[in-house]
Amino acid sequence: MKAKMLTFTNQNSPVHRLTGATKLIVFAVWSVSAMITYDTRCLILMLLFSLVIFRISRVRFQDYAFVLYFILLFFLLNQLAIFIFSPLEGTRIYGTRHDLFHLAGRYTVTAEQLFYQFNIALKYAVVIPMALLFLLTTDPGEFASSLNRIGVHYKIAYSVSLALRYIPDIQRDYENIAFSAQARGIDISRKEKLPARLRNIVSILLPLILASIERISTAMELRGFGNGRKRTWYRGRPFTRSDYLALGMILAIAAGSTVVTFYDGSRFYSIF
Amino acid sequence: MSKVVIEFTDFSFTYRAQQEPTLRGITLSINEGEKVLIVGPSGSGKSTLAHCINGLIPFYYPGEMSGSLRIMGQEQSALSIAGLAEITGTVLQDPDGQFVGLTVGEDIAFVLENGAVPQLEMTERVEAAARAVDIHELLAASPQELSGGQKQKTMLAGVLVGNVDILLFDEPLASLDPYTGTKTIELIDRLQRETGKTAIIIEHRLEEVLHRPVDRIIVMKDGAIAGDLPAAELLSSSLLAEAGLREPLYLTALKYAGLVITPDMQPQHLDQLRMEGHADRLQQWMDSCAEEAEVLEPSPLLELKEVSFGYERDTEVLHRLSLTVNRGEMLAIAGRNGAGKSTVSKLICGIYRPSSGAILLNGRDISRDTIKERAEKIGFVTQNPNHMISKTLIYDEIALGLRLRGIPEDIIRGRVHEVLKVCGLHEFREWPVSALSYGQKKRVTIASILVLEPEVIILDEPTAGQDYRHYNEMMEFLRGLNSRGITVIMITHDMHLMLEYAQRTIVLADGKKLADDRPERILTDRAVVERANLKETSLFTLALKAGVGQPEELVRRFIAFDRRVRHR
Amino acid sequence: MAKKDILSIRTIVAVGIGSALFVILGRFGSIPPGIPNTNIETTYALLALFALLYGPVAGLLIGLIGHTLKDAIFYGSPWFSWVISSGLVGLIIGLLVAGISIQDGEFGRKEIIRFNLAQIAANAIAWFAVAPTLDILIYAEPANKVFTQGLIAGAANIVTVGVIGTLLAAAYAKTRTRQGSLRKLN
Repeated sequence: MKAKMLTFTNQNSPVHRLTGATKLIVFAVWSVSAMITYDTRCLILMLLFSLVIFRISRVRFQDYAFVLYFILLFFLLNQLAIFIFSPLEGTRIYGTRHDLFHLAGRYTVTAEQLFYQFNIALKYAVVIPMALLFLLTTDPGEFASSLNRIGVHYKIAYSVSLALRYIPDIQRDYENIAFSAQARGIDISRKEKLPARLRNIVSILLPLILASIERISTAMELRGFGNGRKRTWYRGRPFTRSDYLALGMILAIAAGSTVVTFYDGSRFYSIF
Repeated sequence: MSKVVIEFTDFSFTYRAQQEPTLRGITLSINEGEKVLIVGPSGSGKSTLAHCINGLIPFYYPGEMSGSLRIMGQEQSALSIAGLAEITGTVLQDPDGQFVGLTVGEDIAFVLENGAVPQLEMTERVEAAARAVDIHELLAASPQELSGGQKQKTMLAGVLVGNVDILLFDEPLASLDPYTGTKTIELIDRLQRETGKTAIIIEHRLEEVLHRPVDRIIVMKDGAIAGDLPAAELLSSSLLAEAGLREPLYLTALKYAGLVITPDMQPQHLDQLRMEGHADRLQQWMDSCAEEAEVLEPSPLLELKEVSFGYERDTEVLHRLSLTVNRGEMLAIAGRNGAGKSTVSKLICGIYRPSSGAILLNGRDISRDTIKERAEKIGFVTQNPNHMISKTLIYDEIALGLRLRGIPEDIIRGRVHEVLKVCGLHEFREWPVSALSYGQKKRVTIASILVLEPEVIILDEPTAGQDYRHYNEMMEFLRGLNSRGITVIMITHDMHLMLEYAQRTIVLADGKKLADDRPERILTDRAVVERANLKETSLFTLALKAGVGQPEELVRRFIAFDRRVRHR
Repeated sequence: MAKKDILSIRTIVAVGIGSALFVILGRFGSIPPGIPNTNIETTYALLALFALLYGPVAGLLIGLIGHTLKDAIFYGSPWFSWVISSGLVGLIIGLLVAGISIQDGEFGRKEIIRFNLAQIAANAIAWFAVAPTLDILIYAEPANKVFTQGLIAGAANIVTVGVIGTLLAAAYAKTRTRQGSLRKLN
């Protein structure tokens, strides 16, 4: 039942030292840039850049190894699905057709399709290192203040902090409920349908959750949450020079990639 | 005369959804710098009184008020909840609900963040408050890493940091073991004296709160004030018994010995208790009620042999643990948080498998049995009944296990009705579960296990969060089951419970067995008591103070005598 | 006053706890039916219920925050087109069921039909139209692939919310009714 999750690793690297707000902006701008561009040259450069940053951050392989399996699996299934549904998507996009070999029925592998799917793979690959970095190097205590700093209302920012605070507690309750159901002989035979088991657990869990929402609300009410128009943050950190440097860099990259991508009027870069 | 900070005058309150008032005609004033204890059974209105002081009533729980309530000289209803929060700091009974920060430091800072205090000043104030409660070394710890006592300290620091005038504690001992409870009471006492703030403690565990002196005690009963007097006078009166509250055990013992408790005996604390000339009465009483200890013919039902286990490789939670549960016995398993108590129950039920060692039931190794096979013989009841109940109707909930086993409905009907009778739930059988009290829900969960006819039933903290009357009802019910031949294992840190109901107690510490003996011997063994976060029973302290020979024997005889008295 | 109500403390806590629950159920409460990249997600039943209990703003935020966190901490990277669609589901359900006062135990036949029409509309818009369109815009994936995926996910979610969500809401409504008529039996 214990599920591994990505958690903050407390290390001292230039990436760890950046403020949460900076990393949040970098991650957001980076993701949007990677979403927009389909220019292979941009994507390759961005991938190399992100790998360099990843290297600098000194995060350890074992801290994120398990998600790589998920990502890889997702990746392969998705690539397969694209090919099955639309084997000639590449031809449609690039407007040319170079058959490599014929498989069966409507399935012919074309150079355009390979190039198109390679680009899709690149798009994912570009985002992942930055997403992992953001999660692994940002102290959860800084999430809320960072969101607030980039303009999100402090109440909404705090709800993100609450979610992070209570994920382990809810997981513990979930496990307790599953445990007592099993110890009662309910619910353990694999024959009992999974939906029925889940419904059982959820229908026990939900009233507990609703009651805890009331308790937490009263506690926060008693401690003066939500009175002021503004709020300060214990864990907030001021920007330093490296923060401005990082922000400058990311804006340059975003601008650069947008210009390169749309320079010839098309979002797609073709080698054909 | 110091100034009045809280003043109720003929105050009544009715919750919006209810017909009857929860508070009736309260007249009460509390002065600056006073330390007041409010006691009362559950449902007596003591928590409602607290909600009026901190403003949750009427701002969060609406209702009808009459009479007047003035706080710091101002009419309460004219203030806002935010204004009241600046006057009164509340420590709630559920630390997981109040601890909203991701770390200790963030949580202490919460009220300052909300008040938009600049970060630099905030850091200093948090540090100072953390130091005051001695949690400053754990500022970066997450709530999941903390013990109950450490969470409580964080709550307390989070209240202190805001510079409030009144400290309000709503059942601060509810989720703490006896030792940590004592430490909390000491901490509250020290802070109150150092800061001179007004402190109001709401609690039904009287003996533990009186570990440190209070100025006066207010007794609540049925929404009204039944008494408002110093501890010594209260303990010399019959008010506690009338309200259904438990007096300190050592006083019960003195009463059995024929002493009349008077205020000048200083009965509020054992250390100050004056019983010159009476000490030998205790010895005489003890000699007069000589009684043989009941001896059970041990016949092993469940055995753990050299069991080791760890959730992760290299970190063992249990180390070669061996223990035996005898048929027909009522056994307590005790130990501080993290000692391995709940792991033991999970291994017995088969949720986890030991990394080495064997588990035997009736002499047969059950290591290879599935959870379901074990569930036929071994029942497990969770601490929180809400973690177990999934059906809307009581009947369906109890029938659930049988239905899943494919038993015909007419046989189910017979068995469910029989169990309903045993558990005192027969008259409620068509009620929805949601209409029951916490203690009744707990009975439903026990019934839903009993209906499967297990040989042994494991209960995790069977009386947690219940007042004396409900505690008594629950434990007498379990004793009744036990006398019908069901073996009962209780995982608990309630020392009254083990003293009064367990025939034997096994104490775990760091995944090993620290002691295995009759509870009165364990609770009088200072080395064991200390290592397991237990607390020496006050009966033993009394016996030493009175110079009784064989102090543990006094404890045993007291328990036996007390049970007969309460059964009369 | 109205503005204050939109982000009341209770709503904020509901968003936080609802998002945490979204993460846990998204991780443990999903059943793979054998089609790549799609799951039967019990967590959408919960999202619908929270939108019903705490309103459209809570629904929107739980969808956005919960889905982002779930993707991020278990799978390493958020899938934005679906994150946005989850938020949309919560928002639309919340808007369409605004008239049902479930807090007073009101959840009879009429309300059940209304709740289900709302959730069908919300899921259809989000998964049949918005998610695939965003997939095409952002990732330039083949149209027939993403629309098929959207169709399967949307249908699965409609069934899940229809069954589990309705049950949960009805069970909740029952706890809110007065229990004045209970008598002990002999």
